[in-house]
Amino acid sequence: MNKDRLNMLRKIMELECSCIDLNLYLDMYPTDQNALMQYNTQAFQLMELKKQYGCMYGPLSNFGDAQSQYPFRWIEDPWPWEIEY
Amino acid sequence: MWIYEKKIQYPVKISCKDPRMAQYVMTQLGGPDGELSAALTYLNQRYKMPTQKAKALLTDIGTEELAHVEMIQTMIVKLTKDASIEEIKEADMGPYYAIRDTAVYPADSTGNPWTASYISSTGDPVADLYNDMAAEKKAKAVYENLLKLTDDPLLKDSLKFLLEREIVHFKRFGEALRNVEEYNKSKKIH
Repeated sequence: MNKDRLNMLRKIMELECSCIDLNLYLDMYPTDQNALMQYNTQAFQLMELKKQYGCMYGPLSNFGDAQSQYPFRWIEDPWPWEIEY
Repeated sequence: MWIYEKKIQYPVKISCKDPRMAQYVMTQLGGPDGELSAALTYLNQRYKMPTQKAKALLTDIGTEELAHVEMIQTMIVKLTKDASIEEIKEADMGPYYAIRDTAVYPADSTGNPWTASYISSTGDPVADLYNDMAAEKKAKAVYENLLKLTDDPLLKDSLKFLLEREIVHFKRFGEALRNVEEYNKSKKIH
């Protein structure tokens, strides 16, 4: 996997990890406005980055969650366990 | 409904193959305190949770545990990749290899296959949340043991990430427990 692609994927991973952590916190503190603002900001960045990544390297998710170019790029290697991070 | 994301939650890297360590790590896939046990415990318990917060938390932590299952599976794949028969034998992985090569399989580090008796779902939300806090503590203890069993700084980094997540989950489950206990108290008063 080339460096630019890996960097983009790593950025997506970082943002999503942060969103997961904020999500679990918000499950318990749903009225924390500051945390919710952070969550919404990062969720927006994450969605944009995933869209961009999907256009360049194929969709990150399936079942209608993201569109694909022709031919169906979902099946393309590498899968997560095949990547040298 | 679950949707798969073609990405791992946190990078799994190793410095060199190590089939022996693969067998040790396997316990976090198919052992009693492993990620599969955790995921299935929370995702079965959630149906009896009485509050919005607890229903959401068990769904979300259960889902995150499934991502951790994938991380452990990836560790096993990478630690055994291109291992020769000599290396397999040297790592005492022969008995495992005889049954299933180096395929990923949910067993503990001594080879016992995963069983549903590892999971707990009592129908009592308070009992379940106490169980979940203990489960996170036990999983943390296993990661501490695994960290002592390897010198590989790259593998340690991934194991430390998983250990940190156990700490966060423990804290959130404690908050959910208080939330459910308050709910139960308010129900008695009214």
